[in-house]
Formats: sequence, C-alpha cells, structure tokens
Amino acid sequence: MMPAIMKQGKWTPWLYLLPALLIMALFIAYPTLNTIALSFMDRTSTQSAAADCVAGQPCWGVFENYRYALTNPEMTQALGNNALWLILMVPGTVAAGLLFAVLAERVRYEKIAKSIIFMPMAISFIGAGVIWQFMYKVETGGGQQTGLLNAIITGLGGQPIAWMSTYPVNNFALMVVGVWLWAGFCMTILSAAIKGLPSEVIEAAQVDGANAWQTFWQVMIPLIMPTVVVVFTTMIINILKIFDIVFVMTGGNYGTEVIANRMFKLIVTDTGRSMAIAVLLITLMTPILIINIRRFNKQEELR
Amino acid sequence: MNPLRTLNRIFRSLPVNLALVLMCIMWIVPTFGLFVSSFRDKEAVRTTGWWTVFAPQPVAGGEQYTTYCASCHGPGGNALPQANLSDPAIVNKYTRDYQLLAMLKNPINGEPHLKDPVLPTDANQSLAILGNVLTYMQGLSGVSGGGLKLSLSNYADALVGYKGTNTYLGDCAKKDPALLTRFRCTAADLLNPEGMGAAFLNSVLVTVPTTFLVIAIAAFAAYAFAWLDFKGRTWIFALLVGLQIVPLQMTLVPISRIYSSIGMQSTFLGIWLFHTGFGLPYAIYLLRNFIGSLPREIFESAYLDGANHWKAFVKLVIPLSTPAIASLGIYQFLWVWNDFLVAKIFLPSNPVVTVQITNLIDPRGANWHILTGAAFLSFLIPMFVFFAFQRYFVRGMLAGSVKG
Repeated sequence: MMPAIMKQGKWTPWLYLLPALLIMALFIAYPTLNTIALSFMDRTSTQSAAADCVAGQPCWGVFENYRYALTNPEMTQALGNNALWLILMVPGTVAAGLLFAVLAERVRYEKIAKSIIFMPMAISFIGAGVIWQFMYKVETGGGQQTGLLNAIITGLGGQPIAWMSTYPVNNFALMVVGVWLWAGFCMTILSAAIKGLPSEVIEAAQVDGANAWQTFWQVMIPLIMPTVVVVFTTMIINILKIFDIVFVMTGGNYGTEVIANRMFKLIVTDTGRSMAIAVLLITLMTPILIINIRRFNKQEELR
Repeated sequence: MNPLRTLNRIFRSLPVNLALVLMCIMWIVPTFGLFVSSFRDKEAVRTTGWWTVFAPQPVAGGEQYTTYCASCHGPGGNALPQANLSDPAIVNKYTRDYQLLAMLKNPINGEPHLKDPVLPTDANQSLAILGNVLTYMQGLSGVSGGGLKLSLSNYADALVGYKGTNTYLGDCAKKDPALLTRFRCTAADLLNPEGMGAAFLNSVLVTVPTTFLVIAIAAFAAYAFAWLDFKGRTWIFALLVGLQIVPLQMTLVPISRIYSSIGMQSTFLGIWLFHTGFGLPYAIYLLRNFIGSLPREIFESAYLDGANHWKAFVKLVIPLSTPAIASLGIYQFLWVWNDFLVAKIFLPSNPVVTVQITNLIDPRGANWHILTGAAFLSFLIPMFVFFAFQRYFVRGMLAGSVKG
C-alpha cells in the first residue's frame, strides 16, 4: 500500500473516480446483471423461460434457455467448434508467434519481418475476411481458378476445393485466418519477454555446452513460461469470443457455427436464448478471470 | 576476416533466413493479392487471378490488328473518338468474329471500311483473322483476357457506393440516365450514405471522440488509483482487472433497450458512451501502471512547493504520461476503428467502414471488385496509424498483457 503523499480532502479520490465508475457501472456492471436476468426469461422477456416449454418435450423449467444453450444441436456444434478452435488454433498461434520471435531475433531485418507479421493486427476482422475470401475463392464451372490456393492446387494437377462450404475443411480454413491475424500479437509479447532475458543466462548455457535446441527448450522456455501463460490465456479469451471472422466468411453455415455468432443470430428473434448463450460465454471465461485476478494480487504484493 | 569462416556463417544462418523469409511471404501474400486486385477491373477480378498481372499471357491478334486496324484506329484503339476500340461499351457489341465481319461489310463515309489492305476473299480466312482481332480488341478495352489495365475504378465505385453493372466513372462519362437518378456525378456523391466515403466520415466521428473520452476519464481514475488514498482501493482495482474480460456480448441487449427507451438508439452519443464503457477498464489499468511508476520524489517536492493534487495531476502527471497516453490513444483508436459488432448494433443508420463493407457484399458474389476497393479504403487510416506509431501501439499492448 502506498500512503498518501499530499493532504487530500475526504471526497477528492471519489471526484477523480466518479466519471469512470459511473460509466463502468452503467455500461458493464448493470447490463451484465440484466443479461443474467434476461437469460431466465422467454423470448419476449416478459415471463419466465418456462413459458417456452412445449408439452411432451424435455423442459428445464426456468433454465429452459440453458437447455437450448447446452443441448440443442446448433449449439452443441458451436460448442464443439469453439473447442476445436481452442485445441488447435490457440496452440498453433502461440507456436507460430514463438517461432517468429525466436527467428526474427537472429536476423538483421528483424524490424521489417516483425512489421509484416504484426500488420494484420492493425486491420479489422471484416477486412481480413475480405482478404481471405480472395484466397479461398473457388470456381466450380470450367473457368480459371481466381483464388490463389485453388489455382496452386489445380496447377499441381489437383481438384479445386470449396474451402468455405466443405465440412470440416472450412473450420480449418477459418482457423488459418485466425492464426494469420493473431500470430503477430503473440510474437510481439513473447519477443519482448525474450529480449528481457538476462544475456548471462543464455551465455552460461552455451558455455556449458548446450546447443541451440537445448538452450531453447531447457533455458529459454522455462524462463519465459509466465509470459507464455499470459499469451495463452489472452488467446483463449479471444477465441471464446471469436465472431467477426466466422460472421463475414461463412455466416456460421456449413458446420462452422461458433458460440458468439449463434448469440448474435438470436439476439433479436429470441433474446432469452441469446442471453443464456452470453452467460454461458462468460461462465467459460470465469477460470481465466480468476487466474488474472490472482496474478494481479501477487503483483500487488510485490509492488 | 577469414573468408572460409564468413562462408561458414552464411551457410549456418541460411535455414533461419529461409524459414523467416518464407513465413513473411506467406503472411504478406493474402494482403498483397487483394491490393493488386483492387486496381484491376471488374471482369479481370471475376475471371482471372491477380497474379496474372505479373505474367501477362501473350495477347493473340496483335499482328493482325496492326495490319488491318491500327492505321486508322491507332495502336491504342482510341485514335477515332467516334469509334473508340478501347471503350468496353463498343467492343462489347461484338462477341463473335462473324459479327465483326458483318459490320466491316458496311461502308464508312461511302467507302469500304477496309481498303488497304483488304481482307482475303475466302470467308474462313477472314474469320480467322477477325477472331484474333476481336480477342485483341477485348484485351485492349479490358473486356476480358489480359486484364492489364490497372485503374482506381474500384475505389471510385466503393467510395460512392455504386452497385450497378458497369462502373461509376464509366456511367458518369456516358451520363447514363439510370445512374443520374441516384448520383449526381459530382463530389457530392462521396457522401452517398451507401458508400465508403460517408462511412469513412462516420468512422472518424465515432472513433475520435471515443478516444478522447476514454483517455480523459481514465487518466483521472488512474491518478486516483495510483496516488490517492481511499478505502477499498485495492479491492475496486481488482474488480477492474476482472471487468477487462467481460465480453461485450453480455451488455448489448440491456444497453440497446435502455437506448431505445430514451431515444438514444442510433445516435453518436450512444456509441461513444458504449465504447468508452468498454475501453475504460483496460485504459485505467494501463495508465495506473504507468502513473504509479512515476518517482515518488517529484510528488513530494511538488507538495513542498505548495502544489495540491489537482496541480500535480495537471502540471506533472499529464505531461509526464504522454508516452503512455499516446500508446493508449493508438490502441483505443484502432480498436474502435476496427470494431464491427458494436457499430452494427448501435449505429445502423450511420454505418462505419466495417459495417459498410458487409453492406456492400452481394450475396450472389457479383461485386467482388468493389469489396477490394472498400477493404483497402478501410485500411488506409489503421495502416497509417500503425506504421507511423507502431512503437506506441506495441507498448500499449505490452503494458496490458505482460503485467496483466
């Protein structure tokens, strides 16, 4: 704790805090509680969600919207896809970012290389969607392939692939866009951590006869592990919320649905279910939230 | 230096360089492809890949065109204004060689169309020649094939929101009556609400005030968290760390209902406040970490000089925090500029660039070429900000993530 440095009036701190607290209470805290309440109500938000139950069908009473969110085939598919994104795309992105960070460290054009990898972070997901739709274009008639990937495939004698409408290829194609977007983010943070390592440690390992591979796995990785964890948790949150890429490229069709897109689709027509999905989303994030607050408290003790 | 050792070093660093360069190429090609496409005309975008620009196929018929047509129509096809062979509208009238042959049989100004040299008398030979000439004319006018003509036409279409079958500039040049019901072919068209021009303005109107609001409000709160003493300080701040990850999906419906009931739906004020609410937790966190790390002594000596908190905040903290404020500003600016979901829901009447791009998407895929221009128009500002202030952007990101 920092003791006060100057005399202060009793209300001074609150005057400084008031605008921020007011806006955050109004725009984050209150709506969050309201959303939780709405998730227990029916599609018109006027009565209990139990009103949407159909006689003879399974019913979870007031939790009816959660029955939808957890068991409806549309939702189980979305949950499955989000899980797939988490399992494949998050480690893939972190690994790509780490690879860039390590490789760029060893060349003279480090800055240019990093700018190129990082640039997708500056543009919108919508713009990225347009960029990649041009990569994935497919010509099913007899015409020339105008999408680069299919042009390469047919050029090598293969059959063109309808990247966006062939399940499950489309999910992987979307993940590639995600990796392309976020690898720069992972690279930047990991690179800062690597640069912050004391050079004596690396040198000592080399003096002891470790080769580059051993130095990387046995010295560098353990030392930057805390940062790797931060990058992982941030990416997990990003992927749980993944929406724009799917929205603009497939609209969630052809088996590419994800949680946030499902939530957006229902937001007007079926608010109760949509809100239940939103609550599910934040519930899935809660472990990360707890980790973040714990880490923050530890830091504060060190201050 | 020993040349052998230099050589050895080059060979050892070769795999690293190869891998990195390859990855950089993979990362830049998608954007580069769209960039090239954005200068190609509609037909070229639809029928051939962007890379053909760099390996143009040899265009058939050049020789025959030079022999029979170039003396009057000129090598570029545009020597005769009344019969401009580089105009797609004219070339489009002829899709087959015999149509061209039939036209050539009509006399021009009372004389045969082709005098010197004349076409062979054998009809099949004539058709073979004219087939090549037609292909060449199609390339010349950009109707098909070569697609070598690069222009800003897609950007013009995107800016004004032109959705017709030709191009905005082409229709304007012809004074197309159908076009003139919607456009005036003056600079006023840039503000057509369906175009990227108007969207650009909307994006600026959303982004700039939001960025200032976030910085101003966050700076006050961050100062309180860093240098003021009050009950529950640590506790409230920990809550703030938690708020950072609340997905904005959690708040869309309640806020939009409040807005509807007080008439703030689809207003700029509404979207400013919403973005500010969501920007604040991270902004306060970032600024508090920076302001809290300022040396304690400067505050003590300021106090001895008779300064109070307000003076210390305005005269010391704000000037000293410029780097952190710049980082936050850049970060916030890009975040809001690139946002889609919030703008889509809270400002449908004044679409920002991201929303406008999705509005321009034709479900039948008939206007790919306009999307190329639209996407790059939306990149202009973020790319500029990114390359001009990359250092600050990176710092803003690091401040939150590494310590967070």
